[in-house]
Amino acid sequence: MNHLLRGHAPISDIGWELLDQEARERLSAALGARKLVDFSGPHGWDYSATNLGRTASLGSAPSDGVTGRQRRVLPLVELRADFDLSRRELEDADRGAEDADLAPLDKAAHQIALAENVAVFHGWTDAITGIAEASPHETTPLGDTSEEYPRRVAEAVERLLCEGITGPYGLALGREQYRRVVETAEHGGYPLLDHLHKILEGPIVWTPGVKGAVVLSQRGGDFLFESGQDLSIGYVSHDADVVRLYLEESFSFRVATPEAAVVLEP
Amino acid sequence: MGFDQYHEPPEELPAETRTFARLCASLTEEAEAIGWYAQRIAVEKDPEALAIMQDAQGEEFKHFSMDLEFLLRRTPAWREIAQGVLFQPGDIVEHGEEAEAEAFEDGSSGAAGSYEDGSLGIGGLRGASR
Repeated sequence: MNHLLRGHAPISDIGWELLDQEARERLSAALGARKLVDFSGPHGWDYSATNLGRTASLGSAPSDGVTGRQRRVLPLVELRADFDLSRRELEDADRGAEDADLAPLDKAAHQIALAENVAVFHGWTDAITGIAEASPHETTPLGDTSEEYPRRVAEAVERLLCEGITGPYGLALGREQYRRVVETAEHGGYPLLDHLHKILEGPIVWTPGVKGAVVLSQRGGDFLFESGQDLSIGYVSHDADVVRLYLEESFSFRVATPEAAVVLEP
Repeated sequence: MGFDQYHEPPEELPAETRTFARLCASLTEEAEAIGWYAQRIAVEKDPEALAIMQDAQGEEFKHFSMDLEFLLRRTPAWREIAQGVLFQPGDIVEHGEEAEAEAFEDGSSGAAGSYEDGSLGIGGLRGASR
């Protein structure tokens, strides 16, 4: 048994399969950042830092006649979302119930996915510099109406081209902005989603937690997500009524090419 | 251009299954190439030509190994069996039988999780829709 302690939980194999599948489906839908940045790993729970290939000077050496430098690394962060499930619901799932109430798991999955998206795009104080924080481009408005989106996105693509950042390009959209895009047809009935696809030549991704929109290169090598322990369900404790579980992951994120993204404010 | 790696209508297959089938086909092709080079090397007398073919066969070893690692990463039960068989001293058949029994009797799901590290195995999602 590993650190997740799943073997101690009063949950059957069928129950675990149900929970894992439910979590996988919920997370895969909401993990927008992972659809737009480079992913490496998972390297395991005991993996603690990303190699930056850089050093810092040290004020002194342990003895005369030598010099030294200290390696710089990027420590991984841990994200965790706790949730409780009713044991009655899990027992009913074992009996074949198709409608077990897994709402607390669904909520935790959305929360941790949103947190990952926010960390990647908008940063995490003292831990992660997000794509929007790192971008040197002046932030411009996405526009008050969805009809303005193609022009703003095209301008962002042109700014990236001016910096020598090649495509294809991806578009991360916050919840409200994504809804506007998929519901809008331009003059003549042409779907806005298709128009944006033609401009970007890359994915348009629903990314809960993103404020406005971010246009970013998809050529690779610019935005680096490193996974330690990939998203997992672990066990905390239980009593006669509930079992206490959590979703957890460890990761680092760094921006290698700050100019490879343009932020469009809501 | 043929699509022989598919035995079901491709449009009915999920994207990950199509990728899996492509890598299975690639693995087969690399194994065939390794076998062909083995035969050519066995009969070649010219040392210069021999060196080139040995180098080319090394490339196929690399390609085969990369294909295999990809497929094992995506298939926990296959990976578990492979871990019981590959790079183990002793009786290969015996290891195979034991690894198969362990993989399917203990189950690769439930409390142990679907993946070796107990995670949900989500990984990178580039190429996933929306």
